[in-house]
Amino acid sequence: MSENRDYMKTKGRIFDIQRFSVHDGPGIRTIVFLKGCALRCKWCCNPESQSYEIQQMTLAGETKTVGRDVTVEEVMRSIRGDLPYYRRSGGGVTLSGGEALCQPDFASALLRACKNIGVDTAMESTGFADYEVIKRYLPYLDHYLMDIKHMDSKKHEAFTGRPNEKILENAGRIARDSHHLIIRTPVIPTFNDTPEEIGAIADFARSLPGVSEMHILPYHKMGTDKYKGLGREYLLPHLEPPSKEHMQMLLEVVRSKGLYAQIGG
Amino acid sequence: MKTFYTEDIKKSDRIGRLVENLYKKMPEIEADRAVLLTESYRETEGAPIILRRAKAFAHILENIPITIRDEELIVGSATQAPRGCQTFPEYSFEWLEAEFDTVETRAADPFYISEETKAALREVHQYWKGKTTSDLATSYMAPEALTAIEHNIFTTGNYFYNGIGHVTVDYGKVLKIGYSGIIEEAKAALAKLNFGDGDYAKRHHFLNAVIISCEAVIGYAKRYAKLADRMADGCQDFERKAELRRIAVNCERVPEFGARNFYEACQSFWFIQMLLQIESSGHSISPGRFDQYMNPYFEKDLKEGAITREFAQELMDCIWVKLNDLNKCRDAASAEGFAGYSLFQNLIAGGQDRYGLDATNDVSFMCINATMHVFLPAPSFSVRVWNGSPHEFLIRAAALTRTGIGLPAYYNDEVIIPALLSRGVSLADARDYNIIGCVEPQAPAKTDGWHDAAFFNMCRPLELVFTRGKDAGEQIGPDTGEFKNMKTFDDFYNAYKTQMNYFIELLVNSDNAIDQAHADRCPLPFQSCMVEDCIGRGKSMQEGGAIYNFTGPQGFGIANMADALYVIKTLVYEQKKYTLCDFADALENNYGKDMEIHYAEKVTKNVVADLTASGKTLSRDDVAAIFEAVSKNPCSDAQKEKYDRMLADIEAVPKFGNDLDEVDAFARDVAYTYTRPMEKYKNPRGGQYQAGLYPVSANVPLGAQTGATPDGRLARTPVADGVSPAAGRDVNGPTAAANSVAKLDHYIASNGTLFNMKFHPTALAGTHGLENFVSLVRGYFDQKGSHIQFNVVSRETLRDAQAHPENYKSLVVRVAGYSALFTTLSRSLQNDIIARTEQGGF
Repeated sequence: MSENRDYMKTKGRIFDIQRFSVHDGPGIRTIVFLKGCALRCKWCCNPESQSYEIQQMTLAGETKTVGRDVTVEEVMRSIRGDLPYYRRSGGGVTLSGGEALCQPDFASALLRACKNIGVDTAMESTGFADYEVIKRYLPYLDHYLMDIKHMDSKKHEAFTGRPNEKILENAGRIARDSHHLIIRTPVIPTFNDTPEEIGAIADFARSLPGVSEMHILPYHKMGTDKYKGLGREYLLPHLEPPSKEHMQMLLEVVRSKGLYAQIGG
Repeated sequence: MKTFYTEDIKKSDRIGRLVENLYKKMPEIEADRAVLLTESYRETEGAPIILRRAKAFAHILENIPITIRDEELIVGSATQAPRGCQTFPEYSFEWLEAEFDTVETRAADPFYISEETKAALREVHQYWKGKTTSDLATSYMAPEALTAIEHNIFTTGNYFYNGIGHVTVDYGKVLKIGYSGIIEEAKAALAKLNFGDGDYAKRHHFLNAVIISCEAVIGYAKRYAKLADRMADGCQDFERKAELRRIAVNCERVPEFGARNFYEACQSFWFIQMLLQIESSGHSISPGRFDQYMNPYFEKDLKEGAITREFAQELMDCIWVKLNDLNKCRDAASAEGFAGYSLFQNLIAGGQDRYGLDATNDVSFMCINATMHVFLPAPSFSVRVWNGSPHEFLIRAAALTRTGIGLPAYYNDEVIIPALLSRGVSLADARDYNIIGCVEPQAPAKTDGWHDAAFFNMCRPLELVFTRGKDAGEQIGPDTGEFKNMKTFDDFYNAYKTQMNYFIELLVNSDNAIDQAHADRCPLPFQSCMVEDCIGRGKSMQEGGAIYNFTGPQGFGIANMADALYVIKTLVYEQKKYTLCDFADALENNYGKDMEIHYAEKVTKNVVADLTASGKTLSRDDVAAIFEAVSKNPCSDAQKEKYDRMLADIEAVPKFGNDLDEVDAFARDVAYTYTRPMEKYKNPRGGQYQAGLYPVSANVPLGAQTGATPDGRLARTPVADGVSPAAGRDVNGPTAAANSVAKLDHYIASNGTLFNMKFHPTALAGTHGLENFVSLVRGYFDQKGSHIQFNVVSRETLRDAQAHPENYKSLVVRVAGYSALFTTLSRSLQNDIIARTEQGGF
């Protein structure tokens, strides 16, 4: 018996647990933010999530340590506390990051522990990993919230540091093998905010078996201060969030492709 | 499956104008009631007290000026001026006379008072010297209890200075049979008396007092009927003329007889509610389950086509406005503790009926509409929630919460019904519960609950452990011994319990003295005739006439004491980092910090006043120097550094409010130090004591009487409110805080617990926001929390959160598809959210 419970001792590195989140999946959710990401999106609002290393970040004059090592068991303690709220709202746990695919042992064990006690699971992910890695997650995952940021691989690489072929290929497999796949696209002015670019992503999403839903998430400047706090330069200082009207227009584009669409997670 | 009319019903234009007229002027104190009361008392000297009370009530109702305000549909005002108040010298008056010249300019709840009124009151006060309930109560109290009060361990001031209030009478019965029906009941009871009964005289006088009071009320309504007719005669506006004629017909009929329709039921309700507050000065006279006793009239009218939903809603809205027309002037200190001119008239909708079935109806929804339409503090609107509550009802309630008005408060049937059962209330009565005042559950129309009987400051006995029972040099509590003899944490904890037990007993002594004084000097025949079984037992509520009798004093500071004792346990007895002497020293020196600024200002003002009175003239610089001397902490830098290290160690100890089982279990036990000893005491009405855990708004002024505490709380700063975690110490988000609170024992605190949660309106945006909000309430209640209310915070609060982020660590805001703790956001984004709130957008 004890052997079977060993996965509860799996260690991982997280930088936050946010309770009572009402986004990134249905109902009231607990978001576990994992540290480390393979991409370097220029607009990233959680720059402290990108490096796997534990870092110092200074915000509003206060320096704090970002990142701590925890076991699955420890994270489950927070999660168990929110069970009554999941039960009432149909909520659950969402892994976010960073990129949860960067810590396969920990993340898959955490998902397994959730399913073991009947908790709904979701993961926000870029899908950038070997498919063998992704396959380890799928048995324990109810909702795969997958980012598709651009259909043009060169442009994708210019803004995220990685080409998109592997991501698109994985999307097809995940659509085939997972319970529920939702495609999500951050709308970043100067990168992918034209109706043609969003339309192309929607066309791709529509082509995936079983996919019927796409979320478009407007760019925001929430993370700007964090770059300074980490001693980094924010590469998109003059970018303004897209207008409500523009987002509405893009929403119609996605809808016209035959997908259920919404603005925001 | 029951279906409900869930749409909002349009608000009539009249309501906005009624509200506007109500708030045109500062409220005013009027002398008519006090003058008439005294006239009558002078005539009835020597008669039985219950008859004197009835005759005085009748004399007031026959002669007090009456008024119908512009455009009113529901009439009956206690004062000429909108939101005015009468005075009640039979309870106490000295404070008012002392504050005659400052009551208009004070910060909390000012009242205008004219020179004529002052003169009239001064004259009648001559009569009341030595004759008030407070005079008698003082003479009944043990000197030790008076000492404890002087030293701010607890206060029983509420009922010491005022009437009791805190009752829900049988509105439904009066609506049905009218006061003529109650007179019949009293006459039947009189006829059954035997001349040989031992208590014949007492019963006889009480029943006659009931008859006199009811007849007076009927006569009072007829005065309004005549006034309305007279006004109609002179009215040029055709529509208003018709309205006044209808008002005259209503007042001629009710409350003498049963109501025949919804409009008459509304008018009859209002006379009951208003006249209860002329008979005595108590607050928290709570309408209770309005949706239950009003719905039959609404349904019947609707079915017969006799009323439209719009007109029924307008009548209810008018009642909601009128509830804000009633007012009460308190002494300056109490006004701070009950800030906001509040009368705590609690009105509750939804929940189960006496048979355990869901009782929500269309009027329940109309109560939510009325609260949205009128958007004023009264009534204190509450909803009952149970496993069978209709989802759509809670969604509508959530929409009201989202407006930021702080209403409704949510109550959990699944906790309150068993809690009342455990206090001996029958199952049917427990299912029929309503809430009195802030959070106090009881069986309506059968209970004299004496809720709100005291505020007990749980922090003060801990201070006395450190001083061995001495306060300001005086031995006021037991000497619990030297620190060095407290070898284990249990020794220390037991010393705290010894202090607690001693002062709890004194609190009981004080409350019972006041209780007896009310029975002796201010029995209330009118209120009593609408509470079972006063007529049957032939005695007033104040003498034990009600079926259920309780006394419910509040403890507060539970989160501070849980944290403080846990800190002592951890740092002194487990880690052995500090000794009790270190703590005693740090507390005495306020951890090396300056005096809390408001308190320092107050002290400075007093010093300046004393010096000025003794003939000194002070320059601005002198005053500044005094302030400096008062506020600055004289500790050396080395000492201050030591205290700072200590504060950091205290901060590192886990705190209540973060869903940590060990700390939360400890907090549960600490709460028992107050709730358990209370249970064993009895009041003079034969009822039991039951503790509550809530402070109203007294946690701020009473915090100002409290020194530094071992949880790192500085002297004179507020203590934690209700059962909520101490401000800024719950850092794991709202569900973790709720879980911690739910782990307290809410059953034993059957006089009510209060849990405040702060949200920004954006956290409830959209339909998903409402659904998730309802799930949060349900999730908390699944874990057996008793009450929760939401402070959906305004931009002022957000500004304060910017200035004092340490107090708002758990404030959740929602930003453009993203939820966050407000204090963790960048300054610029914080400003952005504040700006957006100003535009009222989500």
